[in-house]
Amino acid sequence: MFPDKQKAFFATILVSTFLIYTTYIYTSLPAEDKVPLNEVMAGKKIWQQLNCNACHQIYGLGGYIGPDLTNAYSLKGPAYIKAFLQNGTASMPSFKLTNKEKADLLYFLQNIDLSGKADPRTFTINYDGTIEQ
Amino acid sequence: MERLSNRQLTISKLFILLSLILLATGMVWGILGGLQYIIPGFLKGFFSFEKIRPLHVSSVVFWIILSSIGCIGSYIQEHTTKNLYSLLLFRIQFLIFFISILAILISYCFGIFGGREYWEFNPILALPIAIGWILFIINFIKSIGSLKKQPVYVWMWLTGIFFFLFTFLESYLWLFPYFKSNIITDMTIQWKSYGSMVGSWNMLIYGSSIFLMDKISGNKTYSHSRIAYLLYFTGLFNLMFNWGHHIYTLPTHGYVKHISYIVSMTELFILGRIILQWKNTLSSAKKNYHLPAYRFLIVADIWVFLNLLLAITMSVPAINIYTHGTHITVAHAMGTTIGINSFLLLALIVDIFQLNYRNDNTIKKSLSIGFWITNISLFIFWTSMIIAGILKAKWQMNITQIPFSSMMLQLKPIFIVIFVSGTIMSIGFLLIIFSLIKKQILSFKIN
Repeated sequence: MFPDKQKAFFATILVSTFLIYTTYIYTSLPAEDKVPLNEVMAGKKIWQQLNCNACHQIYGLGGYIGPDLTNAYSLKGPAYIKAFLQNGTASMPSFKLTNKEKADLLYFLQNIDLSGKADPRTFTINYDGTIEQ
Repeated sequence: MERLSNRQLTISKLFILLSLILLATGMVWGILGGLQYIIPGFLKGFFSFEKIRPLHVSSVVFWIILSSIGCIGSYIQEHTTKNLYSLLLFRIQFLIFFISILAILISYCFGIFGGREYWEFNPILALPIAIGWILFIINFIKSIGSLKKQPVYVWMWLTGIFFFLFTFLESYLWLFPYFKSNIITDMTIQWKSYGSMVGSWNMLIYGSSIFLMDKISGNKTYSHSRIAYLLYFTGLFNLMFNWGHHIYTLPTHGYVKHISYIVSMTELFILGRIILQWKNTLSSAKKNYHLPAYRFLIVADIWVFLNLLLAITMSVPAINIYTHGTHITVAHAMGTTIGINSFLLLALIVDIFQLNYRNDNTIKKSLSIGFWITNISLFIFWTSMIIAGILKAKWQMNITQIPFSSMMLQLKPIFIVIFVSGTIMSIGFLLIIFSLIKKQILSFKIN
């Protein structure tokens, strides 16, 4: 038998630590960009409304039927992305976006691109099993 | 008590029946999604992949959630030997969930999104889900009464129920500008909530599994033992702190990754130990009596072992750098949700529906055939995904990468194997689901 007092003690310790950890994460992360452009937020909204993440990944997270788009802006360029948005592909429909919507989506992709590199080849593997960029 | 006999249509059984229908439809969407991998453009005009994927994922996620609710609703009454605190609240919860899920799936069909991965629906639809869950919390707490001298499964249910609400609400913090205006913050919080959310529904399922083990063995010593609680607290520790393994490559704080690496993923191992311990105490006579449920419990144990190996491997950042963003991640997700969660839930459902091989040869045959079809095809499905993942990892790490579309073309033979094995697995599941639903509906005496 595990005494009730010990159960309560362990539960309290764990829950308290979790809440402190959660609060620390909420407050320590870079909560806002220096210039959170309205266009970036509008682009993000379009990204969600079209459910782009179902097929594409950002930092390797998302669907796998399409390529990772984290650094597509710098690697492929806005014109290349725009062409895909305009015409679609064999799998991807043409979403018939307006010029403003396409521009906003490009701002969003540019914003992601500036946040870091997702290419696994750019990471260094350490002896202790950790990785760094 | 709500569960009086097999012939009554209880709310718990309604939750389970709805969940089985969602599992069946979820698999159909999965097959269509698999076809789109090998025939690009298939159904593009009506159901392109951005619609199919959420239809598949949401259907199977709600299968897990609703069946977990139904099983807890039934078992809590067996545990307390009383009715739920409020059957009316349970009915209202069912109605809220039914309408919300229907609205969510219909909205996907029309391409109406606005949420994010896994919860792609418009955020407004999250509100009734949260309200329904709060009703569940009220019902659970009032039904249990006190935590004094409670077995470990009650603690697991309580943990799962509270953490599901917490993580569900946390996954909507992106609605606030403070969180959504920076992509790294947004994604860190998103995967913090998702990682723990999976842990929360695991608590619901594993808790019910331990209840069933106790019931089959006729011995409640284990669920009150010190080792059971120590394993539970280790599981809770993992639920709270191991989520960072999803975001090793995200340029977020290093401590998030280091903590996750150290904590690692041991929760599946915990269940494996619990099941093995229980297995040793079973008498062969009791085993035979409960064979359908027993079979699913034991096979889940094997899948725990396989996925544990994969999970530990993937939790090492140096290896995760290769597996991340590949189908190895999908193999792990499929292995755990199908091989562990779904088989455990089927064991619970077989028990709740009071199915017994000795009483019915038709159900015996269907469950037995379905059992073998699902397991063999799942193994092929799972292995093929790992192979596809290894090949994609090789492509990701190659200095001179061929274009993405060419890489996908090279993987096509493996995608065909995944599609065929997935389709056969779905047939196996449909056989089981159809037998369970048919058997239950035929035996209903609606009061």
